[in-house]
Amino acid sequence: MAKQLMKGNEAIGEAAIRAGCRYFFGYPITPQNEVPEYMARRLPEVGGVFLQAESEVSAINMVYGAAGAGARVMTSSSSPGISLKQEGISYIAGSELPCVIINIIRGGPGLGGIQPAQSDYFQATKGGGHGDYRLFVFAPASVQEMVDLIMEAFDIADYYRNPVMVLGDGTLGQMMEPVEFKEPKKRDLPPKDWATTGAKGRKRNIINSLSLVAEQLEEHNWKLQKKYQHMKEHEQRWELYKCDDAELVLAAFGTTARIVKSVVNQLREQGIKAGLLRPITIFPFPDKAFAQLPDTVKAFLTVEMNTGQMVEDVRLAVNGKQPVHFFGRTGGIVPTPAEIIAKAKEIMGGVR
Amino acid sequence: MAEMIFAGFGGQGVMSMGMMLAYAGMLEGKNVSWIPSYGPEMRGGTANCAVVVTSDEIGSPFVTDPDVVVAMNLPSMDKFEPRLKKGGLLIYNSSLIEREGGRDDIEVIGIPANEIASELGNSRVANMVVMGALLAKTGVAKPESVKDALRKVLPAHRHDLLPVNEQAMERGAEYVSKDR
Amino acid sequence: MKVVFQRPTALTERQTHYCPGCTHGIIHRLVAEAIDELGVLDKAVGVASVGCSVLAYEYFNCDMQQAAHGRAPAVATGIKRVHPNNIVFTYQGDGDLASIGMAEIVHAAARGEKITVIFVNNAIYGMTGGQMAPTTLVGQKTTTSPYGRQAEHCGYPVRISELLATLQGAAYVTRVSVHDVPNIRKAKRAILKAFEVQQKGLGFSIVEVISTCPTNWGMTPLEALKWAKENMLEYYPLGEFRTPEEVK
Repeated sequence: MAKQLMKGNEAIGEAAIRAGCRYFFGYPITPQNEVPEYMARRLPEVGGVFLQAESEVSAINMVYGAAGAGARVMTSSSSPGISLKQEGISYIAGSELPCVIINIIRGGPGLGGIQPAQSDYFQATKGGGHGDYRLFVFAPASVQEMVDLIMEAFDIADYYRNPVMVLGDGTLGQMMEPVEFKEPKKRDLPPKDWATTGAKGRKRNIINSLSLVAEQLEEHNWKLQKKYQHMKEHEQRWELYKCDDAELVLAAFGTTARIVKSVVNQLREQGIKAGLLRPITIFPFPDKAFAQLPDTVKAFLTVEMNTGQMVEDVRLAVNGKQPVHFFGRTGGIVPTPAEIIAKAKEIMGGVR
Repeated sequence: MAEMIFAGFGGQGVMSMGMMLAYAGMLEGKNVSWIPSYGPEMRGGTANCAVVVTSDEIGSPFVTDPDVVVAMNLPSMDKFEPRLKKGGLLIYNSSLIEREGGRDDIEVIGIPANEIASELGNSRVANMVVMGALLAKTGVAKPESVKDALRKVLPAHRHDLLPVNEQAMERGAEYVSKDR
Repeated sequence: MKVVFQRPTALTERQTHYCPGCTHGIIHRLVAEAIDELGVLDKAVGVASVGCSVLAYEYFNCDMQQAAHGRAPAVATGIKRVHPNNIVFTYQGDGDLASIGMAEIVHAAARGEKITVIFVNNAIYGMTGGQMAPTTLVGQKTTTSPYGRQAEHCGYPVRISELLATLQGAAYVTRVSVHDVPNIRKAKRAILKAFEVQQKGLGFSIVEVISTCPTNWGMTPLEALKWAKENMLEYYPLGEFRTPEEVK
């Protein structure tokens, strides 16, 4: 199929529909409004349902109900709205329901701003709501990658019976790039024989996260952990760019990784052997990528649109073998190549 | 590689100008990206978008040091002229901007886009006059590709606007070739 | 031998955790009998809420989902929108529905969501140990209104049925009570009607059931029934507030 020039937020909607999503529950918040708007227009055309809920809290609980009923369902929001959804997300994770949640991150805390940010990394990767759970989290860096990963996200959600979050930021949501909709590699998915569809001809199904017997709840929690462990072993994804002989490895995800890719090229023109390590899954965090790096690496520089979040996972993965530096801009400010280059030179000057 | 900024008042068609060019680049098989300014800054103030068209992979879609700036009004020129790369191109709408460019290390072209558009009987195609000039000066995309993009982006019931848009592009191209 | 009384098939055989004399048991049974009589057990999906009825998924013998505090109408919306032919109901108490879940219930009603809500109002938080509810009567003592609810301090109890009846999407709104046998029979008819409204696709239906909490009211079951009749019915009058023509 020919490429289309699409806005990120609209491409999100179309990707979901192509992946079989027929239910969307949302609430307006900038900068993701084109997602619900697109779904409101498109879902009725394909026999689906779009519903604007009275709040993010309600929207995520509608998602819970629909997911429990066996549907492919999605919601999207931006940071303050995702905070409101955390209660529901915890229930969805606890009840082991599949769904896809989009967070087009804006600056925080509080009402924050509406410009791009990556300050919800902790919230997305460390659980987010109460209880000991994890989301599967993708961090695409282009509209095309966002489309590819969303189409796959529904399969992954069904495969693990776990919510999948796709993180973007205002830039990815608002920008236009050419996209192509390609069928993702199919996974063998178990039938949803646990869904509440009416108990005709079978034992009744219960969707539930309550477990008043401590031993049972502990057992359930270890079962969840096993699932996350499986993700860590089998689902890590990353991109290495010009790392083969790199002395400085820059680590960045999402939009920031694209700026860093340009930075890597400019640094090499200036004689600094730089490379980019770009996590594509941020849960599971791709710590396996670090094992593939050459011995030439002298230092790491993590670049983020926050005050330093993914850098903690980078430090855990590097495990003290090399120094890990950080450069971040926040509040909706996108780092410029020039300031990242300056920081890189400062580090390499010191290392040499 | 061309990194471009299109800026002007809301309603001057700067967003669609950038989008059309990105579309044309895509039709020619190039890598393209388009990023709008968004939020309250779009309401009433200046709007701008950043467009990259290149045969290479696009790293950063952000344009910090543009090769080309299109300024449709004075605030846009004030804001983006200083950011142009050395040797870059500034195209400004001389119908609305009285001052000339203030740098001597860039190429500056003023084009009376509103006047030319009015002569064509449709003041809303001023952006396409500038588009014609831009294509003629830079060759970043073929005029035919932009015309194709227009046909794809405009809904069928507005295809009656195609001829005037195409004329506007041609007049813009003529203006810069006879001018230099 | 002729069977004169048996457990409805819509109830599991599990013994409930409810306190002696609690009217939840009666209301569970009425809902179950209605499901049986309408023959919809195999397409019923219930939503349990948070509060004493949190374990309702153990007792209703149909597909069930357990919802977060107050969110049952949103969860039921999700289910019903996916499977419009299922009979979807929520079972919620007054803390759940009238306090933390006020937005969800009002908007589900306003949307005319084709679900049935069983709203058990006993004017107190039961599960957490007898705190003041949005439906606690003025003057009523609870653990968080130890001097009796004072209107100038925390306002007046909310009349949910009257409030929802102002919404066009709410097709059937009624308040019943289970403090004596004739009223229990009426309550049963109301629940049946509410399900019929859903079956016919007429809109949102809610049955508010005036109930008791002997444990947290500090009364014997009989005293509690008497207290409900003498104190609650005056503030919460029984009757139908909205009824569609089709089921009158």
